[in-house]
Formats: sequence, C-alpha cells, structure tokens
Amino acid sequence: MQIFSCPFCGPRPEPEFHFGGEAGNDRPVGGALVPEGEWAAYLHLRHNPKGSTREIWMHRTCLEVFVMERDTVTMQAAPGVALGGPT
Amino acid sequence: MTRRYSALALLKEGLTGQKGWQPAWDDRPLRPRYDIVIIGGGGHGLATAYYLARTHGITNVAVIEKGWLGGGNTGRNTTVVRSNYFFPESVRLYDLSLKLYEKLSIELNYNIMLSQRGMVSIAHTPSEMEMSARVVNAMQINGTDAELLDADGVRKRLPIHHGGPDARYPALGGIWQGRAGTARHDAVAWGYARAASRLGVDIIQQCEVEDFIIEGGRCRGLCTSRGEVRADRVGMAVAGHSSALAAKAGFRLPVTSYALQACVSEPVKPILDTVVLSPGTGTYASQSDKGEIVIGGALDRVPSYGQRGNLPVLETVVAGLLEMFPAFRQLTLMRQWAGIVDVVPDSSPILGESPLPGLFLDCGWGTGGFKAIPAGGTLLAHLLATGQHHDISRPFDLDRFHTGRLVDEAAGSGIAH
Repeated sequence: MQIFSCPFCGPRPEPEFHFGGEAGNDRPVGGALVPEGEWAAYLHLRHNPKGSTREIWMHRTCLEVFVMERDTVTMQAAPGVALGGPT
Repeated sequence: MTRRYSALALLKEGLTGQKGWQPAWDDRPLRPRYDIVIIGGGGHGLATAYYLARTHGITNVAVIEKGWLGGGNTGRNTTVVRSNYFFPESVRLYDLSLKLYEKLSIELNYNIMLSQRGMVSIAHTPSEMEMSARVVNAMQINGTDAELLDADGVRKRLPIHHGGPDARYPALGGIWQGRAGTARHDAVAWGYARAASRLGVDIIQQCEVEDFIIEGGRCRGLCTSRGEVRADRVGMAVAGHSSALAAKAGFRLPVTSYALQACVSEPVKPILDTVVLSPGTGTYASQSDKGEIVIGGALDRVPSYGQRGNLPVLETVVAGLLEMFPAFRQLTLMRQWAGIVDVVPDSSPILGESPLPGLFLDCGWGTGGFKAIPAGGTLLAHLLATGQHHDISRPFDLDRFHTGRLVDEAAGSGIAH
C-alpha cells in the first residue's frame, strides 16, 4: 500500500486519494471568445509525463484539494502542498 | 529444413531428432532506409507489418522494438477477445478484429489457440438488466452475435457462480456473446512476427527510439539506439508509452497512462469454461488451457509508467473473485503483473495521422488492446500504405477530440477502459 501525504491530515493510505489531473492545466479565460482548439486542448490534451510530474489530488476523507509532486515510474511521492498560489 | 508447421512436419522432425526447425523470424540488422518503419514490436506493430506486406505488397518495412517482441501489453493482458460494444463504429471495428482472429491460425500457419468459449457479462441489478438488454439490442442491430440471459441462463452457463437471491451480488441475468473467448497472447505476437518476417519485414529488437527526424515539418525517420533510420512514413503502436514518444515528436495526446493489473492462480482441473465479467464486483476471469484461473479487474487509479500495480486494487479484484466464486477461496495465486495502458476520455482508440505529418498513430486502446490486434494492424497498415483512412478507422481519428464527436464507449457499453 502506498502512502500519500495530505497537507492537512498527514500521511494516509492511497485509496483515500483521488487523482484530479495535471497541475497547470488552467481553464481558459474568456468564455465564448476562447478559440475551440484551446478548449479542446484544455479538456483533452495531456502531457502524461514519464517520470517527474506535478498533479492535483483530492484527499477524499477531508475533501481538500492539493498539489503533489510525484514520479510516475518509481511512484515516489513528495508530501502534498496546499493550493494557494499558481499551480 | 522445416519452415511450414503441420502434423506431417511434427512427425518428420520427431523422427529426425528435431534438428530441422528454423527460428520463427530472422534477426536482421537495422538498415538506414525503409519505405515504412513501425515503432513497437507488440501485437499491433507486428500485425501492421504483416498486413503491409500481405495486403499492400509493401515489404521494405522495419518493426523496431525497445525490448523484446510481445513483452509489453501483448504479454500482460488476460487474453480475452470479444466485440460486445455499443456504438456501430465500435462494433464494426471490434467485429473486424474478431473475424480476423477467427481465421488467424490458418492464415498465419501458427496456432494462436483461439478458444471461442463465449463470455457472460453478469447483470446484478434491475437497472443493469435494462442496460444489458440495450447493449444486446445494439449488438444485434449492428450485426454481431449477442443474447440476453435471464437468471437461469447465467446459472446454466456458470454453475459454480454464487449468484442466487441470497448472494451479495445476485445474478439477474446478463449478456452472452458466444463468439467471444480467449487466444494465446504470445502466439499472436509470434505468429504475426513469423509471417511478417517470411514476407521480408525486418524485425529489430533491443532498439529504442531516441528522437524523431523532422525535416520541413514532416517526420522523415527516427534516431534510435542502433543509429538513424529514414522512412517515407512512420507508424507508432506503443500503447502506454504513446505520450512519451509524442512529446519527442512535439505534440500532446488525450492519453493518460495507468497500470492495469492481472494475476493468475495455480493450475487446477477444468472448472470454468466461459469468460465471465461482473461489473458489480469489478472482476473478470477465465480458465487458461493450462488450468490456471486468469483474473483481471479495474485500473489502478494512479497514473503510472511503472509496470507493477498496487495492492488495494489487487485486493478488490481478488475479493470480487471470491464473492463470485467462493470455491476459489483455496486457490493459490502464482503470478501478478501489470501493463501500462493508454486511457483516453471516450474509451475508444486513436487511429490516424498525428499532428506531425508522416507519423501515424495506433493507440488509445486502453485496457482493450489485445482483442483489437488484427483490426489495429489492418487499419494502421491501410493508413501507412495509402495515407488515407479506412472507412472503419475514420471515426477514430484524433480530430474527434477537437470536433467533439467522441465515440464514448464508457457510457455506451459501460466498459471500464
């Protein structure tokens, strides 16, 4: 069982967490003025990196959302960091 | 020298000390130039090479593989073949695959051990029964075989299933596809490799792609660990590693890579003679020809390139198996493994030219790539040979993520990938 670290609750078992997507994939601003290619990229295109990555995760028991740096090959995960600044 | 496999060849070799067998495929060096180079020596890549040679007469082709043939997801799946999908586009695609599988042993002169033992997808609730009826109707309208089972029908096909009224997951009925079954996964890769090699295709193992040669905005070849190779067109069939190669080619894909686990028990006497899937418990199982119970389940929900898998998902899968078949409680697990699967938002594959002209994609099969090998090979070969879509592959072009015309099988047939 892998242990992830919630910035609010500390180390907790992996099934308590939910993957929320890649960090930095921010919703385009501008509504109807945003070109459809940009919407499509925001919705669907992913870096899906092999190796080091920054991701949004939710701790489902406390429902807080945070950023976690992780390695997709070794599965090592740094302690989660609370959202606040730019992701 | 024995090249063709037959009962007569077996007899002859048996009498002459087994000395005449030849390697199934030739080990040739990478040449600097080909008409077409295919990245990925799994089922899809090898099938593509075979169909390029056989259907399109293009034999100046190389398949390059980072590891060994069929060592990725082709060697890590649960060997199930089926075509029980919902949308007409999907049924056309997967039924093409099943039809090709049905004659593949003879076509390749290689026994892929296809066993069309049928598959039951169990419905546990009234709403699942209604969804099953809807999928069965869709499959029949789309021209593939499907039958709606009631509780008795499930009991007859799965006498050892714990699905009575007292069960936590009672079986109210289910979907039966009689043409579904299993095939020997290694044999599919090796059979295609042998047939392609006979037709003149170069198969290069232990050769990793390091970069793409891009000139004039077009893919002109590859830099590999064995040197440069140039080609008019390049095909890519690398499943869970599609995004990593796409990054080298300068574009992104709507793909997230996850580990999909499976495990296998010790071999026991015949007890389960169909493939069984239970969406309720999240577990599916079949019995291999050796007698092992082959067990699979849902994805690990942590994006991963590590071919291992995690314990919580394995626990859920095994718990589901025991819920369905309490008799399996005493089975010992022999092996557990994981493959890295390329999951896309609509659970349908991506086939077509990539944003880098000259580079063609066959990816996004998610957890269902094995059953699609003959179709993926046929369609990628068509794309590489003609530069144009086949009618069957057109709906699966990458442009659907721009236009929004998705083929959402997760919603349609409720498949997990």
